[in-house]
Amino acid sequence: MLKRNPLVLGNKSLKDVTDDICAPIERVPSKEWMGLFLGAKGLFIFYILTIAMVISTGIGLLGVNHPVAWGTMIITFVFWVGIGHAGTLISAILFLFRQKWRTSVARTAEAMTVFAVATAGIFPLIHTGRPWLDFWLFPYPNQRGPLWVNFRSPLLWDVFAVSTYATVSSVFWIVGMIPDLATVRDRAKNVIRKKIYGALSFGWRGTAKQWSHFEMIYLVLAGLSTPLVLSVHTIVSFDFAVSQLPGWHTTIFPPYFVAGAIFSGFAMVITLMTLVRIGFPQFKNYITIDHMEVMNKIIMMTGLMVGYAYGSEFLIAWYSGNDYERYVFMNRAMGPYAWSYWIMVTCNVLIPQIFWFKKFRRSIPIMFVVSIFVNIGMWFERFVITVTSLHRDFLPSNWGQYAWSIYDTAILVGSFGMFFTIFLLYLRVLPAISIAEVKPVLNVGKEEDEHHGKGH
Amino acid sequence: MAKKAIGGIAGIFLDEATTVNAARKVRESGFTKFDALSPYPIHAMEEACGIKRSPIPYVTFVAGCVGLLAALSLTYYTSAVDWAINVGGKPMFSLPAFVPIMFELTVLFAALSSVGAFFYLSGIPRIDPPIIDKDITCHKFAIFIPENDVGYSADRAERLLKDLGAVEIKKMAEY
Repeated sequence: MLKRNPLVLGNKSLKDVTDDICAPIERVPSKEWMGLFLGAKGLFIFYILTIAMVISTGIGLLGVNHPVAWGTMIITFVFWVGIGHAGTLISAILFLFRQKWRTSVARTAEAMTVFAVATAGIFPLIHTGRPWLDFWLFPYPNQRGPLWVNFRSPLLWDVFAVSTYATVSSVFWIVGMIPDLATVRDRAKNVIRKKIYGALSFGWRGTAKQWSHFEMIYLVLAGLSTPLVLSVHTIVSFDFAVSQLPGWHTTIFPPYFVAGAIFSGFAMVITLMTLVRIGFPQFKNYITIDHMEVMNKIIMMTGLMVGYAYGSEFLIAWYSGNDYERYVFMNRAMGPYAWSYWIMVTCNVLIPQIFWFKKFRRSIPIMFVVSIFVNIGMWFERFVITVTSLHRDFLPSNWGQYAWSIYDTAILVGSFGMFFTIFLLYLRVLPAISIAEVKPVLNVGKEEDEHHGKGH
Repeated sequence: MAKKAIGGIAGIFLDEATTVNAARKVRESGFTKFDALSPYPIHAMEEACGIKRSPIPYVTFVAGCVGLLAALSLTYYTSAVDWAINVGGKPMFSLPAFVPIMFELTVLFAALSSVGAFFYLSGIPRIDPPIIDKDITCHKFAIFIPENDVGYSADRAERLLKDLGAVEIKKMAEY
């Protein structure tokens, strides 16, 4: 019979679990954390200043022009929204599939979702060019005559999709954290700390009735988040696919975007988890090599899926017999932006194939490097889709190049400052592994015979 | 819901199996208002305590339907009635184009209302809830029998919990 590997190593007792997981938020931060935090924060401040310049001067500072009117803002928006998808996949979809290994990574993955969506949300708001009027995106009764948003526009669908996604995933994350915050509250020695965590835990006590409702709400939110997460990147892909532009106007976009989103999101989870394991060594017993290996398998599989989509796009371009469609794809692979196309193919399709070998799937340095490549590759995928389709459309007189400027670089790099600042703060103030969810799976894989058939 | 503080007897337990067994026995002895506290959800506990399935999904369903209808009326009213404008020759009421909005609002209403129902049913937020033992959110378990329960007497409750394996008995003035 196949034996399950233990999900938690080191024969932990219930108290050990609480102590281990609460440790990082109850001690003075380490030098490494301070170093990383100051670096991230510096970058964040730089990002804020860049945004201030872009808003006060205008988005002409960026490389957007005619014909490439969608640039870094949209590319990076899609990139960050995509990152968020893996978090929901782990916290909701794997929960519905009863994948117990998800418990120790779910909290941090869900946090990553919330922060990535927050990072993403800023881009379209600036991209509008006049961010002080962004409330126009929402339908509200106004005094400018009857005047409403255009519900037939995919861009408006996106407003609804992303804001719903941000709201529901934040709520899911916060609700899931309530019992753990009560644990932190009950451990607090300091009065102010007790008050703050007391408020955050909403007075949770852990009675059987509360747990019964808690499990139900968790299931309901997981059930709602699952179609929601698939809808979000589908609708993001509609921003492109509903237009008439060759290279965008394809039906493969929704599944292709969702697969790519999960692919890039898992790469980011691996990047963050390797760092968390280095920063908080006691977490190695909870986020084990087995967890990392499973995620690497998903990266390899979704990498093959996007690879299939790249191939399929070419086939359909040829099979459609449409000259414009054919030209766009030949131009992608051999035109002025061929370098970005081949970076994308190398990082997303070729490099993850290394995970066919078990040795590499279980090697922390290798998976870290691969995850960085996948992140780069997935940013380039959005670059390829956005820029190469726009820069040469139907009429050669309408052709041009994207005028990449230093502000594009600053915005892109700076957004990582924002993401990592919030993420590092999260690691310091909230329990990074779900305490109440890990406790019931402590026995998985241990004394399999005795516990056979017990519970669950 | 201003009501008088109800006290009672709480027994502290150290492991899951003893607590579930104790809960079952306490119920069999005729107590109905008792409560079991644990640091994590225990699946057998609902059955042992006789807790019914949570009604949250009904709220989810109704709220989802309300969200769907709200989105339908919003898109219909704004696009076909109040500001009927021809966009690319599409019908005023272009239902397929409104499906994404309807889907998103269904999910939004359902999720937020379910969370509201969860808060209401779990009796949270609650300011300064009485804490039987600080370790109940960490590694201990407890069963609490309130003084207004059927056939309650402090001695009887205490003896029962002790017999069932409670390592410590606490008298609570408030619960």
